[in-house]
Amino acid sequence: MDLLLKMLKENARETDAALAKQLGTTEEDVKARVAAYEREGVIRGFHALINPNRDEGMSVRAVIELRVRPEREGGFDRLATRVSKFPQVEALFLMSGGFDLLLFVKGKNLKEVAEFVSVGLATLDGVISSETHFMLKTYKDQDVLMESEDHDDRLQVCP
Amino acid sequence: MTDSKSAPDFIAPHLRGIPKSGIRDFFEIVAGRKDVISLGIGEPDFKTPWHIRERTISALEQGVTRYTSNFGSPELRKAIAAYMEVSFKAAYDWERETLVTVGVSEALDIALRSVLSPGDEVLYHEPSFVAYAPLVSMAHAVPVPVRTYRRDDFRLTVAELEKAVTSRTRVLLLNFPNNPTGATLTHADTQALADFAIRHNLLVISDEVYSELTYEGGRHSMAAIPRLRDRLVLLNGFSKAWSMTGFRLGYACAPAPLIDAMTKIHQYCMMCASSISQCAGVEALSAGDEDIADMRESYRLRRNYLVGALNDLGLDCFMPRGAFYVFPSIAATGLSSYDFAMRFLDAHDVACVPGDAFGASGAGYLRCCYATSMEQLKEAMSRLQAFLKKL
Repeated sequence: MDLLLKMLKENARETDAALAKQLGTTEEDVKARVAAYEREGVIRGFHALINPNRDEGMSVRAVIELRVRPEREGGFDRLATRVSKFPQVEALFLMSGGFDLLLFVKGKNLKEVAEFVSVGLATLDGVISSETHFMLKTYKDQDVLMESEDHDDRLQVCP
Repeated sequence: MTDSKSAPDFIAPHLRGIPKSGIRDFFEIVAGRKDVISLGIGEPDFKTPWHIRERTISALEQGVTRYTSNFGSPELRKAIAAYMEVSFKAAYDWERETLVTVGVSEALDIALRSVLSPGDEVLYHEPSFVAYAPLVSMAHAVPVPVRTYRRDDFRLTVAELEKAVTSRTRVLLLNFPNNPTGATLTHADTQALADFAIRHNLLVISDEVYSELTYEGGRHSMAAIPRLRDRLVLLNGFSKAWSMTGFRLGYACAPAPLIDAMTKIHQYCMMCASSISQCAGVEALSAGDEDIADMRESYRLRRNYLVGALNDLGLDCFMPRGAFYVFPSIAATGLSSYDFAMRFLDAHDVACVPGDAFGASGAGYLRCCYATSMEQLKEAMSRLQAFLKKL
């Protein structure tokens, strides 16, 4: 991975000036490279990583394993694309193994997610079965520990 | 009849003459304060990589809690010998030429005590790590500082050494990459220093604990010089590159007679390094260098930021190629290192260590450690800007 991408992945809010100093280049160069990444679709967005354990208003999240019937033309793509359009679906992956599609789904409450599964998903043509797992607590997400060890317990001055 | 003695009178005169570390004084001042951004810490901000901690936990579960051989566990010594071979093409016999110690500090202490007699002189470069001169004095020998200069990027030059060497000089003590300047040696430097040592019949003790944290210019170990082999004690450890300061684990590689002599002291005063830590060390050395590579990259970026920011603010600072310190000159402000550090701390709650805590030749400089988060570094630099504006 390009170093600039790696740095942005770690902290997307880092200023262009600070990025430039670290990389030994100019602010303009950083701006241009980020713009190019956005234009080419390499960077698809910047967002905060919110700790669901701490955010009272956070919705219910679930992981759904979906078994589907592949089609003669296009395999899983048509159905997967269709499923991905639902706003409840945060992430969607085609998997190897005992099921086909893995969905990360959010909803206001248990009921809403359950309804989405029974009405929105299960009725789709090509869906054979689904298995829903509700998430209870987040320990780590996108490389970040939710209850971090970040506190600095070093002596304040040492040789 | 002699006068009755009180506690202080029992303290050995040569120890009384050794001042407490200047860093210690500064620590006392900083310690009482809250919300200080400290650029005065000489240890990594990363936690020990998880697989090393995991291995330590299983070592405890398996009950690896007994003494090991005085020399250290065979597994660790084999791993150290393999590491030296791969990293520096330096062949050491793990059984006879390696010794595991409680940090590099112990290794240095027993190396000095093994070879020095009262009145012997030890050449070491200044600014330097705070322990060198006191450890030499505690071995009843004479520490002889040799200046390094900003104009040489704080590399140690043979020209300066030649001015300081005498018929009593026994040891040349080296520490590159350097704490506190971040200076490194070039290939030509190491060759010249080796020739100097051979010419004057000196033993070289080379503390290379920061060698993995070299960012540019290549790593040039004294151990990579075959003609020096018979007069070199190479010291290294796990604290810096693997973020394992609290494990207290270091080692020495040297010809068998020197390792035997060091082990004589080590066996009586230490017995062996912690068995748990030794297991952690095996894991660190055998699990590849991915952890180190990630941390090194992160340090390099932060160094770039800090050197850029300091120079932008008008504090002349050379680009160090190793360790995790920068050593900017504050001469332009007209303040002494101590006054600058104290006033900056008082006014803006940022702690930097006065350069002369590392020897008189550090006067006019500050040591700033960049093993702290980018957020803190940026905040420290914005406070520095405010501080300099008001001077």
